[in-house]
Amino acid sequence: MVIDKGKRPQRSRLAVAGARAATDSIFTTSSRGDRVGNVLFRALLLLGMGVALLGLASIIIWSLVEGAPRLDGQLITEGPSSITPESAGYRTAILGTLWVIGGVVLFIVPVGVGAAIYLEEYADKTRWWNRAIEVNIQNLAAVPSIVFGILGLAFIVRGPLSLGFVAAAGSLTLSLLVLPTVILAAREAIKAVPNSTRLGSLGLGATKWQTIWHHVLPGALPGILTGLILSVSRAIGESAPLLLVGAVTFVTFDPSFLEGQYSVLPVQIYNYAGRPQEEFRVLAAAGVILMLAVLLTMNSFAIWLRNHYENKNVR
Amino acid sequence: MISKKWLQVAGVAGAVPFILTACGGNGDGGDGGSDGGSELSGTISIDGSSTVGPLSEVAAEMFMEENPGVQVSVAQSGTGGGFEKFCNGETDMNDASREIKDEEIAACEGNDISFESVQVANDALAIVVNPDNPLECITVDQASQIWNEGSTVSTWGDVDGLDVGDLADEDITLYGPGSSSGTFDYFTDAINGEEGVIRNDYTDIGEDDQAAVVGVEGDAGAMAYIPYSYFTEAGDAVKPLQIDGGEGCVEPSLENVQNGSYAPLGRGLFVYASDVALQEQAAVDFMNFYIENSDQITETAGFVPLTEEQKAAATEQIESLTS
Repeated sequence: MVIDKGKRPQRSRLAVAGARAATDSIFTTSSRGDRVGNVLFRALLLLGMGVALLGLASIIIWSLVEGAPRLDGQLITEGPSSITPESAGYRTAILGTLWVIGGVVLFIVPVGVGAAIYLEEYADKTRWWNRAIEVNIQNLAAVPSIVFGILGLAFIVRGPLSLGFVAAAGSLTLSLLVLPTVILAAREAIKAVPNSTRLGSLGLGATKWQTIWHHVLPGALPGILTGLILSVSRAIGESAPLLLVGAVTFVTFDPSFLEGQYSVLPVQIYNYAGRPQEEFRVLAAAGVILMLAVLLTMNSFAIWLRNHYENKNVR
Repeated sequence: MISKKWLQVAGVAGAVPFILTACGGNGDGGDGGSDGGSELSGTISIDGSSTVGPLSEVAAEMFMEENPGVQVSVAQSGTGGGFEKFCNGETDMNDASREIKDEEIAACEGNDISFESVQVANDALAIVVNPDNPLECITVDQASQIWNEGSTVSTWGDVDGLDVGDLADEDITLYGPGSSSGTFDYFTDAINGEEGVIRNDYTDIGEDDQAAVVGVEGDAGAMAYIPYSYFTEAGDAVKPLQIDGGEGCVEPSLENVQNGSYAPLGRGLFVYASDVALQEQAAVDFMNFYIENSDQITETAGFVPLTEEQKAAATEQIESLTS
């Protein structure tokens, strides 16, 4: 139709019209199928999101319903008890988790970001060893956590470091476990900083280090923080490697970082969930809510910081 | 501007240790206040079996109430995992639901650790049927025919060598606890030879062993396995079967459980203590406390108590280690 009208329309319009006519003639028969396809695809995407949300929601709702009788102050202030489970709490496990995860954050931020900066800004990617390092870091992210537990037991608890069964050993083990995630996320974030930023900075006479510190890192910060949030979330829920490096199920005294026994929330919850008495299972359900609260508290600062910088970067 | 941003970032890292120190500080203060009551002090670390763990936790908790200066911690790496640490000199005591194995003894000897096993409780399971069931005794092999993975037994007549009279055509209804239960692990190990191996078409009663009692009571063809404490409480509602582990039929009486003849569904629970650990007065006192109060501890944790002879033997063993 458009073709009829045109005497000498602009060439581009003619081309578009031609293309449209050709498309129509080829695809009109299946246009209904296309619509169905669109709807189906959209439904699939929604289903994916629904499953993810449903899983989370059912855990939270189940824990809230089951644990409701024990969502009280004693849950935080009291230590574990096998004699009086109805008034027992997670005090020592919360402190143990704070020590362990605090140590993880302090370790993985400088090491993870440092490794990412090296790989993105300094490493010569044509060299085989740098490519080998890259592949290995990616593979490390897929190693089962129990393997890191065995590693931690052999090299951190015993062996060269010989820290013993203390919270610091748990911290280092979990750090190794989540380090690949941090490095990968930080690398992607650094890669996403436009090269023109670097060139501009260098062109104005800044050194390479000044460029990275003042321009690349601030731009990459939201992505780095996302990696950090993911890592902390994973680390806080790990129990298998910690069981190997010394997290105990029953400790009534407050733990410290470098000496003495410690427990962590997931190990304590796991232990209570398997007990035959009803009181312990209520306690375990309440513990799940408590652990989510601790996780959100620990991550909230990073989330706030990330949103802050994301907005700034957009502007 | 930029330096201000990075100050904020530094704040993230900076805040964590401050929060931690604040929390730790509170706790230390609390501990300090309660130290005055007892002269005894020290730390005792226990690891090992998850079956015995709850028992040791109860013992530790009661002991620390009387001796606030002593810090007892209990971990549950499993009997084997615990022995590995124990024989490496990394823990003071190990909870065990079986005897120490030869290779574990060798590991202990390699590190010059001598030890003694002290029995702290008895544990037993009963296979129960309906009181109308004429059956009195079952061999381990017959029980395994019924319960093993892939079992094709569906009526009582399907089981080799079982004389159940009229009941032969009756369907067997099976009740058993959920897979997270220690009872489940113990039964599958003792009867089917490997922990966790079991047919999957029985009625899963989760952790509510009383449900098995109710179920068996109301169904002539039913069968279940339940912890010792439940069948003693059930009275005439269900009938416990005698078990033939190869040496004749043995009934699950308190006496047979305690003297070890009720095999393989009865067993002793042990704590292994090393001589190094027992050089500390706190550890010696803890072991003695464990045995002296075993009635109360086993009752709280739901196990079969020790006999007077077992207590005497245990006390002697502790003395032999300390002298």
